[in-house]
Amino acid sequence: MKSVPNTPQSTTPKVALFVTCLVNQFRPNVGFAAITLLEHAGCDVIVPKAQTCCGQPGYNNGLRNAAIETAKSTIKLLEPYDYVVLPSGSCTGMLSKHYPALLSDDIAWKRRADSLSSKTWELCQFLVECLDSTLPTHSNLEGKTISYQDSCSCKRELNNTSAPRQLINQLCNGSNLVELKDPESCCGFGGTFSVKYPDISERLVSDKTQDITATGADILVSADLGCLINIAGYTSRAEPVPFEVRHIAEILANNLETPSMTSGSKK
Amino acid sequence: MKPGKPTSPETQSNPPIHSETSSNQALFFKAKSSEALLDDTLQQALKKAQGGFIEKRSQAIADVENFDSYKQQAQLVKNHTLDHLAYYLTQFEENVTKNGGHVHWASTPEQLNNIILHICERRDAKSVTKGKSMISEEANLNAALEAAGIDVTETDLGEYIIQLAKEPPSHIIVPAIHKTRQQVEALFRETHDLGERDLDNIAALVDEARLQLRQKFLDADVGITGANMLIADTGSAMVVTNEGNGDLTATLPKVHIVTASIEKVVPDLESASAILRVLARSATGQPITSYTSLFSGPSGIEDLDGPDEFHVILLDNQRSQMLGSPFEDMLKCIKCGACLNHCPVYSAVGGHAYGWVYPGPMGSVLTPLMTGLKQSSDLPNASTFCGRCEEVCPMGIPLPELLRQLRNKEHEDHLTSWKTRFSLKGFMWGIQHPRVFHWITKTLRMILANSVLTRLLEKHVLTSWYSSKELPKNYSKGTFMEQYQQDSKQKKSKQKKS
Ligand code: SF4
Repeated sequence: MKSVPNTPQSTTPKVALFVTCLVNQFRPNVGFAAITLLEHAGCDVIVPKAQTCCGQPGYNNGLRNAAIETAKSTIKLLEPYDYVVLPSGSCTGMLSKHYPALLSDDIAWKRRADSLSSKTWELCQFLVECLDSTLPTHSNLEGKTISYQDSCSCKRELNNTSAPRQLINQLCNGSNLVELKDPESCCGFGGTFSVKYPDISERLVSDKTQDITATGADILVSADLGCLINIAGYTSRAEPVPFEVRHIAEILANNLETPSMTSGSKK
Repeated sequence: MKPGKPTSPETQSNPPIHSETSSNQALFFKAKSSEALLDDTLQQALKKAQGGFIEKRSQAIADVENFDSYKQQAQLVKNHTLDHLAYYLTQFEENVTKNGGHVHWASTPEQLNNIILHICERRDAKSVTKGKSMISEEANLNAALEAAGIDVTETDLGEYIIQLAKEPPSHIIVPAIHKTRQQVEALFRETHDLGERDLDNIAALVDEARLQLRQKFLDADVGITGANMLIADTGSAMVVTNEGNGDLTATLPKVHIVTASIEKVVPDLESASAILRVLARSATGQPITSYTSLFSGPSGIEDLDGPDEFHVILLDNQRSQMLGSPFEDMLKCIKCGACLNHCPVYSAVGGHAYGWVYPGPMGSVLTPLMTGLKQSSDLPNASTFCGRCEEVCPMGIPLPELLRQLRNKEHEDHLTSWKTRFSLKGFMWGIQHPRVFHWITKTLRMILANSVLTRLLEKHVLTSWYSSKELPKNYSKGTFMEQYQQDSKQKKSKQKKS
């Protein structure tokens, strides 16, 4: 394992896991999968108890002052750790890009936001680019075709497109990673957008679903639960359900007992 | 700054900012976008157009060695010019005057129309040809001219089509993008005297339009064009087109009027070429458009043709208010249309849903700033914040951030519904109180695990989500936090025992 920057060589890095409000509410096994991966990579994982949500819903809907308060309390909460890791590109972007912007008028807070930003990572990118760790592989997805959907935040805010693909290829023995015909376009989630403009959102997710189906994928994965809830929420109503939907941490950590996000919803 | 020096009496009054004539329909985005999604012909036209633009642009950018450095140079030009806007506008006016032309300043679209009507009246103009001009769309100039009994003909093919169809443009560079070939054919058959002629391919349609337009060009008393740039140190207006219609509009009639907004000025030809380098590549994927023309005043004694009067009307329409405001970046826009072509929302609903002259991400910023946020409060919300517009914008305009700022303003000005405000405020308060938050998430999980309660939620609270989607089932026995704390307790008690 490469040495971990800013950390004494002898100690294992103290990593705070920020599970995100969506994982907490809808898909707890993603949080546990993330812990497994981080522990395999030699981290001491801590889940700060007082964590809630990064504040994006308010930040993106005009509640700037409330978002500033959330940014401050989140910074305070996460400051003591060597790293902060999130199983979500969008929330990582919020902490690492938008907190510093929100607090740019306040020198002291801006400094604290910058320092949090420099140690905040999306899970896949952390495992590959920061730790370069060797993780256990598994063959439970042998022969399966996997399609990876870049979330817009992973792609455009974090420039994080190769780490997740590299991990799938390395850890899921015998699986076949396929690309979408149009990997650039948004799935139509957009947080509150999906409830403000449900029919536009439906059109976008329907286009995305067609693209995924055309790849012949057995499983769709992504690093953002928002996109996944959107895609799974839509495809759950299809007959037959065209593919399984899972968070990338689940397939990397071989955490596959939990059924696909598309199953279990009533018709 | 405010460009002063009104040159016509009309410009001295200070009428209300928001143009009645511009028929702002932006208030109806939601309803109109839903209609657009159900319009199969429109959907067909949009699908076809979008893919083409995206591919051509990316090819054009791949063809040059370092597009990023082109972008940087173009942005430097705009930043510099905006920092010294008053200086360059004054220089531009001086040079136009030196060349024998006239510069007029219009604060509002109404003033712009009045200045043009005044010129037309003085020249006893019966017929006007127009090159494509978004500024005249802001002012709804055609309606004003028609009301004065003047025959107006749009000469850009797309503009010509939508003029016949009596529709506004749906795209800033391809105004008739929402029309299929079949629709254009039907329109020509309806409005032209065609007899039995075949019109079943694009070339035949273009020929037909050319035939109709030729006489109009020759008959016109006044030609009105827009300008892609105004060159301060030569006093010229630069117009780029692919059809050459701009040149015929500018040179055949006796009077040429240029309508342009104040941020179109650049210092010199060198700066203009920095912008040209990114403009066509971002817009249509061409290295440069077929025609790039400079108009620098009335014809001289030695010239064989050209107008004998040359006017430039500079429109402000709220732009000077953007200078020095958090929205100043929007003044860097060169109207290339790349943000429209790459926007998932624009691509799904087309331009008319946006209700005013400018659609897509740039329109969702500009329309509220120019016509009032209250009248267009849906627009800043019509974005998933996917960030693709900012990525492709050659001028590096942070469109999502500008939309976010408009959302802030909507919240501050109480333009959002009380329900939205109440739930967002409640949510943001909740996440500041972890105990409350965790109690709520626990309760919500239990509600979602109960099919009767979920049905209530579906029918009464999350109706719009459930209109096409399910919520995923949480297969764990609790929220992550509950589970994690339980697991840690068990671990601890095990450790104690052993
Ligand atoms: S905002 Fe940018 S991408 Fe959109 S039209 Fe203007 S310059 Fe082009």
